[in-house]
Amino acid sequence: MQFEHLSITELRKKLDAKELSSVELTKYFLSRINELDKKVNSFVTVCENEALNSATKADEFINSPGENPFLCGIPYASKDLFCTKGVRTTASSKILDSYIPPHNATVEKKIKEHYGVLVGKTNLDEFAHGSSTETSAYGPSKNPWDLNRIPGGSSGGSTAALAAGLVPWATATETGGSIRQPASLCGVSGWKPTYGRVSRYGVIAMGSSLDCPGAVAHTVEDLAHLAEIMSGQDEKDSTTGVQPVPQYSKNLSSNISGLRIGVPKQYFVEGMEEDVKNRVMDAVKQLEKMGAKISEVDLPNTRFGSLVYAIICPSEVSSNLMRYDGIRYGHLSQQAKNLLEVYEKSRGEGFGSEAKRRILTGTYVLTAGYYDAYYKKAQKVRRLIMNEFSEVFKNVDALVCPSSPNVAVKIGGAKENPLFGYIADQLNIPSSLAGLPAISMPCGFGMPSDGEAPSMDGLPVGLQVIGPQWGEQTVFNIGYAYQQETDWHRKYPGV
Amino acid sequence: MKNFESSTEYKPVIGFEIHVQLATKSKMFSPAANNPDEKVPNTNIDEIVTGQPGTLPVANKEAIRLSALVGLALNCEIDEWSKFDRKHYFYPDLPKGYQISQFDQPIAKEGFLEVNVNGKMKRFGVTRAHLEEDAGKNVHPEGLPYSLVDYNRAGCALLEIVTEPDLESGEDAKSFLTELRNIIRYLGASSCDMEKGTMRVEPNISVRKPGETTLPKYKVEVKNINSIKFAQAAIDYEIARQIEILKEDGMPKQVTMGWNEKTNSTVEQRSKEEANDYRYFPDPDLPPMHFSPEYLQNLKNHMPELPAQKRKRFKEEFNLPDADVENLISWKELAAYFECVVSEIDNWILEAGNHKGAEARLGLIKNAANWSLGEFSALLNQKLLNPDEAKVDPENFAEMLMLIAEGKISSSAAKQVFKVMFEKGGEPDNIVKDLGLEQTSDEGAILTAIEKVIGANEKAVLDFKAGQEKSFGFLVGQTMKELKGKGNPQVINELLRKKLQS
Repeated sequence: MQFEHLSITELRKKLDAKELSSVELTKYFLSRINELDKKVNSFVTVCENEALNSATKADEFINSPGENPFLCGIPYASKDLFCTKGVRTTASSKILDSYIPPHNATVEKKIKEHYGVLVGKTNLDEFAHGSSTETSAYGPSKNPWDLNRIPGGSSGGSTAALAAGLVPWATATETGGSIRQPASLCGVSGWKPTYGRVSRYGVIAMGSSLDCPGAVAHTVEDLAHLAEIMSGQDEKDSTTGVQPVPQYSKNLSSNISGLRIGVPKQYFVEGMEEDVKNRVMDAVKQLEKMGAKISEVDLPNTRFGSLVYAIICPSEVSSNLMRYDGIRYGHLSQQAKNLLEVYEKSRGEGFGSEAKRRILTGTYVLTAGYYDAYYKKAQKVRRLIMNEFSEVFKNVDALVCPSSPNVAVKIGGAKENPLFGYIADQLNIPSSLAGLPAISMPCGFGMPSDGEAPSMDGLPVGLQVIGPQWGEQTVFNIGYAYQQETDWHRKYPGV
Repeated sequence: MKNFESSTEYKPVIGFEIHVQLATKSKMFSPAANNPDEKVPNTNIDEIVTGQPGTLPVANKEAIRLSALVGLALNCEIDEWSKFDRKHYFYPDLPKGYQISQFDQPIAKEGFLEVNVNGKMKRFGVTRAHLEEDAGKNVHPEGLPYSLVDYNRAGCALLEIVTEPDLESGEDAKSFLTELRNIIRYLGASSCDMEKGTMRVEPNISVRKPGETTLPKYKVEVKNINSIKFAQAAIDYEIARQIEILKEDGMPKQVTMGWNEKTNSTVEQRSKEEANDYRYFPDPDLPPMHFSPEYLQNLKNHMPELPAQKRKRFKEEFNLPDADVENLISWKELAAYFECVVSEIDNWILEAGNHKGAEARLGLIKNAANWSLGEFSALLNQKLLNPDEAKVDPENFAEMLMLIAEGKISSSAAKQVFKVMFEKGGEPDNIVKDLGLEQTSDEGAILTAIEKVIGANEKAVLDFKAGQEKSFGFLVGQTMKELKGKGNPQVINELLRKKLQS
């Protein structure tokens, strides 16, 4: 039997019906990882023993009377930014190459309480700095639709592993597009939560005021279940919201008749691939056919998003990376002869060039005298962007747009089209700055602008749905309804 | 110690930075224990204290409450909103590479403290008080090629109090620091133990030349001061040192000095380099703190009695000398104990229907103060105990004072009784009986003793008769000794004088 294309919801039924055990399912995915990840390079660490132990415990739970939690016995992978107690956690950086955390991220703790089965840690851009996984110290992951192409990033390891059928779901994180863009490029569904919906505790920090731990899965229905499990106020993270967690999965409704959906005109700009634009507009028509009221909306401050992000994100990055000093854990240079050299050499050897670039930018921006001119001003503009979204959400219930201006580019190819980076920022950064919830889901295929498609069909295109703060339910409902009527999310690459 | 010529033309300018480790159960941003007495290194740590990847700080509400309380007691303004900022620098004892502190919105600002300096009330400005986390301690084992870091102290809640440069002498500093320490102890905000480092004071000292009105262009910071006495000495030493340089038209260097308590002098530690750029920015992990008017009102309503109020009350109600009042107030627990003894005295006067008038009551209270500050304090200090930990309770303490007042035991016998009470507990009248210390006023027995003493001390008797009054005291002492301390001194006095003059 084949299980790699089944959703969590489907696997849940099989486990509950005892058609197979968690140990069998876990071995199934572990053997796929062993066989296929040589090609995909989506894992930094595979924890076979821990996985089989967890699966055995899950089976014991399943075999005892009572209802099983949604994730019980289901294998999953975690982006290597989530601290996993006793399992190596690297952030895809040499500086943490041998780091084994003494603690679990709150999200990991919650999954463990649900008897989820961690099979390994997935690749990412070093410390999540990037959108291709190419800055990883462990080499780039490959897009399962075309192994010469990037999976996107920074959560590219998670989306590649999912698309390749190596796990039925994976955790992911977003700071500015790092879930939506790779989900789009790998043809899977991804959820970027409202900021503060999911605890950041134990997730290695990138930009603390932006970071949102989330998930990728085959269906939006699965995402709704995962959101229910992962969300909630955490006493260990003061930035989590007090808002109660709705029963997203129970509340799912495929009736979107009368729902007001806005299409921001600033999100469809020149330079975007024609196929991407057409597939997204096809999806908009589909939603309209299903009863949604479509209107164009105006978000003029969108253009400031990437500028604001370019200041706030590196500032927080430069501060958050201060702790990697070689003293208590992580890489300690053997060449250092005094304290200053411990810092200089350990960090010099441990960090990759993108991390160094961001440290330099952030350090500069926070320097006395520049703080007011840059950081403080950027925070004010950020507020304007948030206000603009609030205004728009008075008139519409959700926004739809592409998740990425392009389908997957070749490894090393991002540099050839710098415009992609700029437009991609337009699509994802403003909503990240405003802390809004969003999903990305497959909505068809498009030819890459380099013209070298692996097949006649082309590569996956992603549709993005953005909701107001705490508006996860609306976003999930639109995704769920769309996936009831279409089967783009049921297309899989052959690896 | 070198002696410098002092001068009144030169005007010292002194301000303080004071770090107070707050007496919270857990650390400022983590549930790890806060225990300044912990001896085993790296015991009070967790993944947050050691700055493991992905960990987040959660602000300690009790630390915030105590900070606001101190702010109010120092007559500060507490703004409705305050926030935490990150202060960046690399050092092994700083786990995250930044200290969570407060930059431009401290919890408390613009306050003052009124202090009695040698009978004169002075007002010293408090610039601000802000909350931050402490660092660990680097340890350098002698002769070994490495250093160690102990993170027990890392992350403990610290309140940094910064004063205006309003102080002018070591005397000012002594009075200010004593009053500040009393206030913070009264609030229960910190043990303020300078030896253990739960209170650390760093004066900034400079001196204005005659006629100078602006602040001097340099200042000297003094560290390594672990008592108020040393703070006073260090300041006086620095003032004299700086005046000496200024008199020779020199300019003291802007340096950090260390106080050396063996040589009683300050020693240069390091030159102050240009100001570091700490790249402060608001900590995105911590939402701003909100002090609602209701919250602050509630704090004010539950503010304990502060030293100034207690001082006033002790003077008015008990008519005690200033020195006694100060000494009692400086030891919060002793002052509380003393008040319990006073209330026992009052009860006893009431119950016994023993209205001997206000004067008798005040006499007993004065004795209570004497015994509290004398014998009791000495025994407590010997055993490193606080009054509430002692075996002698206020009721028995008061009863012993009555026995003295009623002439049932002598003061010297009382000392023996008190020692037993302190060590074993128990009621004083039982102890008096057990030790056979009842005071005798039996004139026959006393006369026998007097005759014996006169017989044995002819020279003293002659001296007295020649007008030497102090020989009388000697003879009283000898008589008391003969009576094994049990004689009523008043009776001895009377009878001895009569006998000698006859």
